[in-house]
Amino acid sequence: MQFKTMVISNAEVSPGYFRMRLTAPQEFAQAKPGQFVMVRVRDAVDPLLRRPFGIFDLGTFESEYPGAWPQIYFEILYRVVGKGTAMLSTLHHGDHLDILGPLGTGFTPAGPDTETILVGGGVGLAPLYYLAKEVVKSGRIRLFVGGKTQEDILCITEFERLGVETYVATDDGTLGASGLVTEVMERHLKGDVPSKAIFACGPMPMLKAVAEIARREAIPCQVSLEAYMACGMGACLGCVVKGRDHGEHTPDYRCVCKDGPVFDFQELQWV
Amino acid sequence: MTKPEMSVEIAGFKMRNPVMTASGTFGYGEEFAGYVDLESLGAIITKGLSLKPRAGNPTPRIVETQGGMLNAIGLQNVGIDAFIEKKAPFFRTITTPVIANFFGNTPEEYAEMAERLDRIPEVAAVEVNISCPNVKHGGIVFGTDPKSAYAVVKLVREATVKPVIVKLSPNVTDIVEMAHACVDAEADALSLINTLTGMAIDLNKRKPVLANVTGGLSGPAIKPIALRMVWQVARAVSIPVIGIGGIMTAGDALEFMLAGATAVQIGTANFLEPGTAQTIALGMEQYLVDNGIADIKELIGTLEV
Ligand SMILES: Cc1cc2nc3c(=O)[nH]c(=O)nc-3n(C[C@H](O)[C@H](O)[C@H](O)COP(=O)(O)OP(=O)(O)OC[C@H]3O[C@@H](n4cnc5c(N)ncnc54)[C@H](O)[C@@H]3O)c2cc1C
Ligand SMILES: Cc1cc2nc3c(=O)[nH]c(=O)nc-3n(C[C@H](O)[C@H](O)[C@H](O)COP(=O)(O)O)c2cc1C
Ligand code: FES
Repeated sequence: MQFKTMVISNAEVSPGYFRMRLTAPQEFAQAKPGQFVMVRVRDAVDPLLRRPFGIFDLGTFESEYPGAWPQIYFEILYRVVGKGTAMLSTLHHGDHLDILGPLGTGFTPAGPDTETILVGGGVGLAPLYYLAKEVVKSGRIRLFVGGKTQEDILCITEFERLGVETYVATDDGTLGASGLVTEVMERHLKGDVPSKAIFACGPMPMLKAVAEIARREAIPCQVSLEAYMACGMGACLGCVVKGRDHGEHTPDYRCVCKDGPVFDFQELQWV
Repeated sequence: MTKPEMSVEIAGFKMRNPVMTASGTFGYGEEFAGYVDLESLGAIITKGLSLKPRAGNPTPRIVETQGGMLNAIGLQNVGIDAFIEKKAPFFRTITTPVIANFFGNTPEEYAEMAERLDRIPEVAAVEVNISCPNVKHGGIVFGTDPKSAYAVVKLVREATVKPVIVKLSPNVTDIVEMAHACVDAEADALSLINTLTGMAIDLNKRKPVLANVTGGLSGPAIKPIALRMVWQVARAVSIPVIGIGGIMTAGDALEFMLAGATAVQIGTANFLEPGTAQTIALGMEQYLVDNGIADIKELIGTLEV
């Protein structure tokens, strides 16, 4: 679906990281955790392409107008890295944007007897919050989150408020354990009996380490990937990743935008 | 005023308006069905097809540049068999004509593709992408050598009775010479331009951004070059010319028609606004109304220089 949206708020939650709340039409409420949107940053040819962002949160708020339907909103949590995100960071309440979405596949939540393990690296945390909100009703959740430094650890109080047990790791030890988030996760999961499922989003080296742990410990695992995108709907073939069966003579490319961004780790080639 | 006449005809097939979607930017049409009224388009052109499925290039394959984008998709496609089985049935559900864009690695492959496409009733016409290296002849690109282009188009012409559109590469010294070679080989129409070869560098990594090092530039940045080439070719040949390159608005499309194009194709613009082609068709019609022009064909090639 394509729609015009209004910025409700756009706040810097940590240096260089912003959380933006946007209005959405009623149908958008069907968006699943792990799906994403393509944002037209400006009504101009620069920046040319839309920018993809995961859905950080989704909900409703009471309209300012008495008697009106509650208004659907969604949020994105983004890091300023270049031209498009820098422009987004200057927007204020009342500004307008054009959105395509929700796009892609979402996470498939684990069953009721399974513990949900969330693993986020930096702003890769974004799609995990909406997932946590959905599954917290039905079972135990633990979040392992990592970043270079304290300032890259975002919104953990929000997770804790939901009732998610949160474990932090930073490269420089300024917050939580010192080291990699995957090391912390591995320590905590060792010898743990109940059945678990991992949901991970973050930089590729982190996802690789998570996939390796999942393979070794035989834990089901879904990962959410990033790729450069032009269309977001499976038309340009710009965003592909190698699928499990990919070889020189057996092409098996999957579109991150349409077949993903969430994949079962066993569906992908990790080398 | 009565509704202006928007239809145009290219080599015997009629379109309700001159606005087509460019190969590789609109999937197989189906992907865009939720965002644009496919029945509002002049024609849909498929992703480039080949005999065998093709894997394409490693990633990153795309990058945005000032006013444009580079792509090195590497002609990834499902192959003709999967196209017939999985994609063609959808075309029966729409009345908009579908044009199959295709390529080959050898002249014989081009001929075989044309022959197979000739037998698919859902395909209204073919568009030959000659911007592809000839594996038999040391990888020289068919579309940059008039003799190779002639040979390929001739074989395609003999293999199909469907209208043959040849898509020209702009990466040549003299595009008019290439156009003449295709006319001599009895092409029905020419479409231009394909992407311009370019590159982008990541200064921090000191590496090319694209895994393929170079890629094809498209988008608003290439429009002036495309306009110039369409103008040159349209003056030199007597078959219809289809203008492509950086078209974002109805105004852009109309400029191409003044320069001599009978129709236009919308490429990169579909990515930022999936409804662009429909918006452009409406905008062109409005221009005719505003200027009291009864038939869009009256505009073709009327540029005064
Ligand atoms: C499915 C998906 C979900 C995402 N979710 C989030 C999120 O929730 N929060 C967040 O901060 N970021 C997210 N990203 C990354 C985000 O899209 C990029 O950071 C953003 O596009 C950068 O734009 P820019 O103009 O600021 O950067 P520039 O470097 O100026 O962008 C230039 C081009 O490169 C592309 N690009 C640059 N970095 C990335 C990247 N990491 N991934 C994909 N394309 C990139 C841009 O889209 C643009 O086309 C997501 C990416 C994908 C694919
Ligand atoms: C991602 C992408 C894929 C493309 N794939 C093809 C293709 O398969 N065959 C082809 O003839 N042209 C292909 N093209 C070229 C376009 O059809 C068009 O000629 C070019 O992009 C210029 O038009 P534009 O500036 O409107 O995009 C592709 C372009 C892009 C951006
Ligand atoms: S972004 Fe175009 S196919 Fe995925």
